[in-house]
Amino acid sequence: MAEEECSLKVLLEEKDREIAALKCKLAQLEKSHAPALELHGKVTPLTPLRAKPALSNEDIMRYSRQLLLPELGVKGQLNLSKTSVLVVGCGGLGCPLAQYLAAAGIGRLGLLDYDEVELSNLHRQVLHGEENQGHAKALSAASAVRRLNSTVECIPYHLQLSPENALQLIQQYDIVADCSDNVPTRYLVNDACVLSGKPLVSASALRMEGQLTVYNYRGGPCYRCLYPLPPPPETVTNCSDGGVLGVVPGIMGCLQALEVLKIASGQGSSCGQQLVMFDGLGAKFRSIRLRPKQADCAVCGENPSVTRLVDYETFCGSAATDKCRKLNLLSRDQRITVKDYKSILDNSDPHLLLDVRPLVEVDICHLPFSLNIPLSNLEERKSEQIQLLQEKISQLKQQTAGDCRPPVFVICKLGNDSQKAVQVLEKMSGSEVDSITVKDISGGLMAWAQTVDPTFPQY
Amino acid sequence: MYAKICLIFLFLSRGGAELLFKGVKEHHVTLPTQSEPWDVKQLLVWIQRNLLKERPELFVQGDSVRPGILVLINDADWELMGELDYQLQDQDNIVFISTLHGG
Repeated sequence: MAEEECSLKVLLEEKDREIAALKCKLAQLEKSHAPALELHGKVTPLTPLRAKPALSNEDIMRYSRQLLLPELGVKGQLNLSKTSVLVVGCGGLGCPLAQYLAAAGIGRLGLLDYDEVELSNLHRQVLHGEENQGHAKALSAASAVRRLNSTVECIPYHLQLSPENALQLIQQYDIVADCSDNVPTRYLVNDACVLSGKPLVSASALRMEGQLTVYNYRGGPCYRCLYPLPPPPETVTNCSDGGVLGVVPGIMGCLQALEVLKIASGQGSSCGQQLVMFDGLGAKFRSIRLRPKQADCAVCGENPSVTRLVDYETFCGSAATDKCRKLNLLSRDQRITVKDYKSILDNSDPHLLLDVRPLVEVDICHLPFSLNIPLSNLEERKSEQIQLLQEKISQLKQQTAGDCRPPVFVICKLGNDSQKAVQVLEKMSGSEVDSITVKDISGGLMAWAQTVDPTFPQY
Repeated sequence: MYAKICLIFLFLSRGGAELLFKGVKEHHVTLPTQSEPWDVKQLLVWIQRNLLKERPELFVQGDSVRPGILVLINDADWELMGELDYQLQDQDNIVFISTLHGG
C-alpha cells in the first residue's frame, strides 16, 4: 500500500514538472509571436502601414460577421487593415473607442495619454484593470487591446500632446479621434488636424450627456468654425468636478468608433456637418445641422491667421489637463491649514465649521460637526439657510462669552469654493448676519484626508 | 402689429448655463407684443432682464451669447438662420447648448 502511494507521488511530481515545462514553452512561443509593447515617451517616425493583398482564412473567420454586411464587405475590411488611427486620450471615450477599433481589425492604433491609471478612473475607463493602477494609461490600454486582437499594431504614447509634437505625430496617422478632456487640447488637436489635412472624429461627455461631431471632413467645418473663441475658464466643468456616469462616455466612445470605422472602410461619415447630442437622462439622441466651413475661420478659412500651432493654454486661459484648478482669492491671514484646524479641534476652541459643498457631495463624506450650506445657496442668499446660519452664530456667541466676532471656518472639497464662500460671508458679516471672523481651510477635505486623517474618504 | 410670440427655449446641456436659470432647463415664454418683429438680439436682452438675475457674464458677452454656448433655432445651428438678426416666429424652438469638454 505504502509503496503504491509512493510511486503515485513520484508520478505526480513528474507530471507537474512536465506541465510546468509545457507552460513555459507556450509562454515563449506566445512571446515570439507578439513583440513586447514598447511605451513611447516621444514621437518617432513610423514605417508606412502596408496594405494586405487579401484576407487570410483566419481573418475571414474572425471578421465573418461584419464581412457579411454589404456596407463593409471584403473591400471595407481590407481598407480597415490599412488605416491608422490616433486616439488622443485613453480615458472614458478612448477606451471603448480603441476596443471596438481593434476588434473590428483596424490596421494601426496610436494610443496617447500622459496620465496614469487611478482607482477613480475604472468606472468608465474600462480597458484598465485594478492591477494597472499607477501604470501608464497608454500602455494599459495597449495591452488590453493586444489581448483582444494581436494582429492590430498598437503604439502606446506616454506623453502630453503639445504644439511641439502634435504635427509630427498626427501627420503619421490617417484619422484622429479626440477623446481628450480639456479645452486647450481640443483646439490643439483641431488645428493640427486642419494643418495636416486629417479628419477629426471628436466626442465629449459630462454627467449624463454627450456630444459628437466629425470636423475637417470633406470640406465641412472645423472645431474653430463652430467655436472661434474658447469659453471663459470659469464656465468649463470637467468630469472630476461635475461627475460623469461611466456608460455615457462609453456610449459616445462607441459612436466615435462607428464614425471612424465608416470613414476608414470607405463608407464615409454622415457627421461632417452635424452635431449628435445624447441625453442619457431622457435616453434621447438629437441631430443638429451645423454651419458649413467658415470663410473667416482663423485656421481653415480663406486667410488663416493660425498657420502653425500656437500656445493653447494661453489661448484658452487654462491648463491642458482635467485636474482641478487651484484658486487663490484670499490673503494669507484669511486662510488656515488643515493642521491649524486640527489643533483648534484638539483645543476644543469654540467655532463654527461651515461645509459649502453641494448636498450630493456631503452625502459621500463630511466631518460630523460641520454645518452644510452649499455655496450656491449662500450666493443666492436663501433665506432659510441664512436664518440657520444666524442661529448657529448666536449659539456660538453664547459659548464664546460674547466674542463680538466669533470664528467661522469654511471648508469644501479642495479649497476653491470655500474661498468664494469666505468672500460672500465677509460681505454678509455685520449686516445680513452678526459680525464673524471668517477663514478658509486651505486645501479642503482632501487635504484633511491626506495630512490629518487618512481614514477620511477621498473622491 | 405683431402678435404675441410663444417660444420654448431649453438648456440641453447641464454645462452650467442652466444653473443660472435656477436649474430650470425648459422655459415656455410669451414675448410681449411690439411694433417691430422680435429678433434673437432682442430676445437675449429680454432673457437677461426677465429670467437671468445674476451673473449674466456666464450667459452673454457683449450683445451675443458667450463663447462656448451654441444656439439652435428649430434644430439648426443659428449661423444657418441669421444668428442675432433672425426674426422670431410663433412657436419657435430656441435651444442653448453648452459645449462639453470632458472625456
